[in-house]
Amino acid sequence: MDPITLLTVIVLTVFVGFEVVSKVSSTLHTPLMSGANAIHGIILIGAIIVAGQLDDPWLIAVALLAVALATANLVGGFVVTDRMLGMFRGRKPAVTSKDTTK
Amino acid sequence: MSILSAEWTALLYLAAAVCFILALKGLSSPRTARRGNLIGAAGATLAVITVFLSAKLDNIPLILLAIAVGSAIAAPISRRVQMTQMPQLVALFNGVGGGAAALVAMLELGHSEGPWVLVAVVFTMLVGAVSFAGSAITVAKLQELITTRPVVFPGMKWVMTLAVVAALVIGGVVVATGSIGWALLLLVLGLAVGLLLVLPVGGADVPIVISLLNAFTGLAVAASGVVLDNVLLVVAGTLVGASGTILTRAMASAMGRGVSGIMFGAFRGGSTAGSTTQSDRPVRSSNPEDVAVMLAYAQRVVIVPGYGLAVAQGQHTIAELATTLEARGVDVAFAIHPVAGRMPGHMNVLLAEANVPYESLKEMAEVNPEFKNTDVVLVVGANDVVNPAAKTSPGAPIYGMPILEVEEGRQIVFLKRSMRPGFAGIENELLFDPKTTLLFGDAKDSLTKVLGAVNAL
Repeated sequence: MDPITLLTVIVLTVFVGFEVVSKVSSTLHTPLMSGANAIHGIILIGAIIVAGQLDDPWLIAVALLAVALATANLVGGFVVTDRMLGMFRGRKPAVTSKDTTK
Repeated sequence: MSILSAEWTALLYLAAAVCFILALKGLSSPRTARRGNLIGAAGATLAVITVFLSAKLDNIPLILLAIAVGSAIAAPISRRVQMTQMPQLVALFNGVGGGAAALVAMLELGHSEGPWVLVAVVFTMLVGAVSFAGSAITVAKLQELITTRPVVFPGMKWVMTLAVVAALVIGGVVVATGSIGWALLLLVLGLAVGLLLVLPVGGADVPIVISLLNAFTGLAVAASGVVLDNVLLVVAGTLVGASGTILTRAMASAMGRGVSGIMFGAFRGGSTAGSTTQSDRPVRSSNPEDVAVMLAYAQRVVIVPGYGLAVAQGQHTIAELATTLEARGVDVAFAIHPVAGRMPGHMNVLLAEANVPYESLKEMAEVNPEFKNTDVVLVVGANDVVNPAAKTSPGAPIYGMPILEVEEGRQIVFLKRSMRPGFAGIENELLFDPKTTLLFGDAKDSLTKVLGAVNAL
């Protein structure tokens, strides 16, 4: 990738990141942190690429450690975020049937 | 094997990147958040399948085994962890992600050419290592394996400066020589900087540090994308870095301080007021029956839940008390400080777990003007976030932090385990106020007794 394309991608992504996150309500800050945390677990694909290119057993061992750590980050992050978000419920319709203004 | 062409690979990575953006976008409302997260997980799965189908890979069985091991460890922990321990878990996953990024960059060092790529290698290793070590200390502080007070020693400032300068110099050497030996030293220095960065942070500020380290790991992952020439890593990492930065700043302003003040405040040695221990001044304590009468005959009750409630697992009991009071015609709301609990928004998760509808949870700006029209403010296991010292005593570690202004309420009831000060380690003047009543005991026990007494009225 040439440096200018790279810079373009980075700058645009920064703006998307700012834009998207500034709309998150403070009620969901914990799931936000946990969800963003899961997303950087995608370093897993970097770890897989590196592990697939090595021959030295010791280096492979280090790369496999990186794969396992990254998987823990990715899988654990998404699972725990899902569990948290599953708990957020609105008022039951039976209790406040007129509460449609929000 | 490379079944997929470069074009298809790039397109599939783009799809995964869009999924990640949608995952964050979904969090703008509790209704769409869960679906968003599933889209994000689908994007991650797509990306992992793509890498297997596009890159020339050896050692595939071993890689699959490592993935299986990582999942087998993380998934059960994530399913079983208690919601009170959520901040530790997020910090833990963040740390291992940072560690993975640092290792990936180090292993790529031999294949990297060109000064910018080598700078990216050095950046990833350093920031990943800082994030790993810093997160480890955060977990230890949150689990109270080590003291929650700031840890400082004489000359720490100089040791820190030396470590940072050494890391930068050695980073320069690695860029110039590509030497793996120097790279290992860089990794060690990164770990040392991580330790020195987080040790002096006081317990109450730990949530901000988690968020900051989350942004760090994001940046490390983005830099690793430059190293591996992989757009998805660049986009995903930058996205997390940007969102983490915004969140960190939002949280810091919710606590009324700058990020640098939190990270380096202890170095300046300002927080002497944090050393007060408990005093033996008289307080007014009461019994569950009296508290029940106060609550049941009030027009309006605001409940301020704190971490003590969560520790006692009392969130279900308090939800039941709120329902019971509402059935008697009392107007009940929950006032949630942005940093109640051990990370921002933590209390919302805990109350959601107890089936409190999210419409009842009021944010600080919304509820503060309402306290003067509130008959009874029930503070359960919270302390620092209602401590007027944040407004009145400039020496206190929490000075300047916006608080829930419960002192405006007509009557205040504190449910407390003891007179022990809160996480920030300072005493609360409000406990000695004439309109304050204290009910000592385990939060869940006290709430059960109060609930029983309300039902008996």
